[in-house]
Amino acid sequence: MLADKDRIFTNVYGFQDWGLKAAQVRGDWDKTKDLMKRGQDAIIEEIKASGLRGRGGAGFPTGLKWSFMPKAPTPERPSFLVINADESEPGSCKDREILRHDPHKLIEGALIAGFAMRARAAYIYIRGEYIREAETMFAAVQQAYDAGLLGKNAAKSGYDFDVFVHRGAGAYICGEETAMIESLEGKKGQPRLKPPFPAGAGLYGCPTTVNNVESIAVVPTILRRGAPWFKGFGRENNHGTKLFQISGHVEKPCVVEEEMSISFRELIERHCGGVRGGWDNLLAVIPGGSSVPLVPAKDIIDCPMDFDGLKEQGSGLGTAAIIVMDKSTDIVQAISRISYFYKHESCGQCTPCREGTGWMWRVMERMRTGDADISEIDTLYDVTKQVEGHTICALGDAAAWPIQGLIKHFRPEMERRIRENRGDGLLEAAE
Amino acid sequence: MLNGGLLVADGPAHLDEAEVRARWGDFAWTKANAAEADVIVARYPEGRQRSAVMPLLDLAQRQVGAATQTQGWLPVPVIEYVAAQLDMPFMRAYEVVTFYTMYNLAPVGRHHVQVCGTTPCLLRGSDDVMAACKNKGMTKGKTTPDGLFTLTEVECMGNCANAPMVQINDDNFEDLDYDSMTRILEALAAGEMPKPGTQIAGRRTSEPEGGPTTLIEMVSANHDYRKAW
Repeated sequence: MLADKDRIFTNVYGFQDWGLKAAQVRGDWDKTKDLMKRGQDAIIEEIKASGLRGRGGAGFPTGLKWSFMPKAPTPERPSFLVINADESEPGSCKDREILRHDPHKLIEGALIAGFAMRARAAYIYIRGEYIREAETMFAAVQQAYDAGLLGKNAAKSGYDFDVFVHRGAGAYICGEETAMIESLEGKKGQPRLKPPFPAGAGLYGCPTTVNNVESIAVVPTILRRGAPWFKGFGRENNHGTKLFQISGHVEKPCVVEEEMSISFRELIERHCGGVRGGWDNLLAVIPGGSSVPLVPAKDIIDCPMDFDGLKEQGSGLGTAAIIVMDKSTDIVQAISRISYFYKHESCGQCTPCREGTGWMWRVMERMRTGDADISEIDTLYDVTKQVEGHTICALGDAAAWPIQGLIKHFRPEMERRIRENRGDGLLEAAE
Repeated sequence: MLNGGLLVADGPAHLDEAEVRARWGDFAWTKANAAEADVIVARYPEGRQRSAVMPLLDLAQRQVGAATQTQGWLPVPVIEYVAAQLDMPFMRAYEVVTFYTMYNLAPVGRHHVQVCGTTPCLLRGSDDVMAACKNKGMTKGKTTPDGLFTLTEVECMGNCANAPMVQINDDNFEDLDYDSMTRILEALAAGEMPKPGTQIAGRRTSEPEGGPTTLIEMVSANHDYRKAW
């Protein structure tokens, strides 16, 4: 198990004050200037060497992403860091804990990351529903300004850097990086075609990097403790510590920081008091937020919880939002509710997604009640394949994958319902 | 689709335009909100003030709420006022209002009860939470006749380790069941403010129920773990 001294988010549960003074006692903002003195390229190299992969779901190497930013931005075309705090993926609830309980880790990370990528300012885009969390962030940013840690000559580093908080207003799609940029510009959050990628033309047409809250908030600690420390956790290519969020049918759902690649069994036994009703009662797990396909019990129990381990199971780590389902779960309903979510959240821009998410949900509802024909399972699968990969952003994929996972692993259950609804196996009623 | 062009709460299907205009045609910021609006606009670069449309619409909705003793909504003249301030066409602001779910296109009640029904909450009993609301005379998508409660089902609110949950106005109530939800609604109806956050006695936030399995020193003191580095 990860030792407490190796946990980055020591106030994750908010037992202590989030404010600047208390955060400094815990080690935040400690000689930030010296960290920055190492120089922009050295910081990027250190983050690359740490093996940090983006914590927002896609797992792209963070240091590499920063290195795409221009080395000499001009005042007319400054660079921006946008921090994605639009946490809306069903199952995900980790960024919330950073925002409300450890905001200074994020602000210090914003300064260091922004400096490393030569950005002029950072915008922290917080989902609109995180109202209290945004209040804390506004207040924490003000504390940092008042203490000279942001603004002109931030933290006495000689670098000018601003951090602004921006609230969304309820749209899952704004978690997609180009939709977030559109939304920040005051428009509907509809994703842009790529290329151009944000590092070339992002916010206001300027070079922009969009990073998840957790990816940025771990940066100061990685620099303080060194890349080898961070790289010492987890399997090859899956390094570091990670905030796991366990919801659903465990005895004690929680958010907890653990070592990457911890096995599912150990994570659940150690922190969640086990699966409700015991391991034999486990049905399936959605291991990375609602977008990833479910994994049946037998395949997940000893699976390492990391990018590659879950990929091997045909799923993904995503945001490490683990939704556990025991045998009392109506698995078709659980996935159908996810289909409803994507129908609700489709931005309406691309036809396959706009029309497909609604169609898939309606068919899923018939699958739930069994009011369908067995051949329609194949039709449904075909339609998911027509949506997947045919849209500007990944929402179409995200809507398709859970259904594909259901059909792959629970087709017999779907067929059983249809047969039962048809009355197969019952005797013909006498006329 | 997001708002899908539907009215969030009940209200008449077609709000009477003349009536709305008569009531809200002279909308203007209060003194405090005018100052707040200036602070908001200043967060964005020169010439990019349109970026402020979302926070200004939120501010406007809150002002309408304060004036009507409800959670507020966005009448067309109010959207026009915000668009004019940011020098943007009305339609560009209106499409923002219709795109994002938190802007109300019709009046809501004093308390906006938003029950999360997405899978993580569903698995832990959001149906019971919804049933508690319905038992108090609430209907999904409608406001109670006394104007006290508007009930909506919303998508994942990001409190999944404390499911099921409800957001009422600006606060979240977590780890609910039928009884605790009933108590919360009764307290609100009686004009009280129930304690937000988890409803499990002894649980603080998202640590495992019964006490954290990690970082135990932090429970009682602001521990500095660097000494052990």
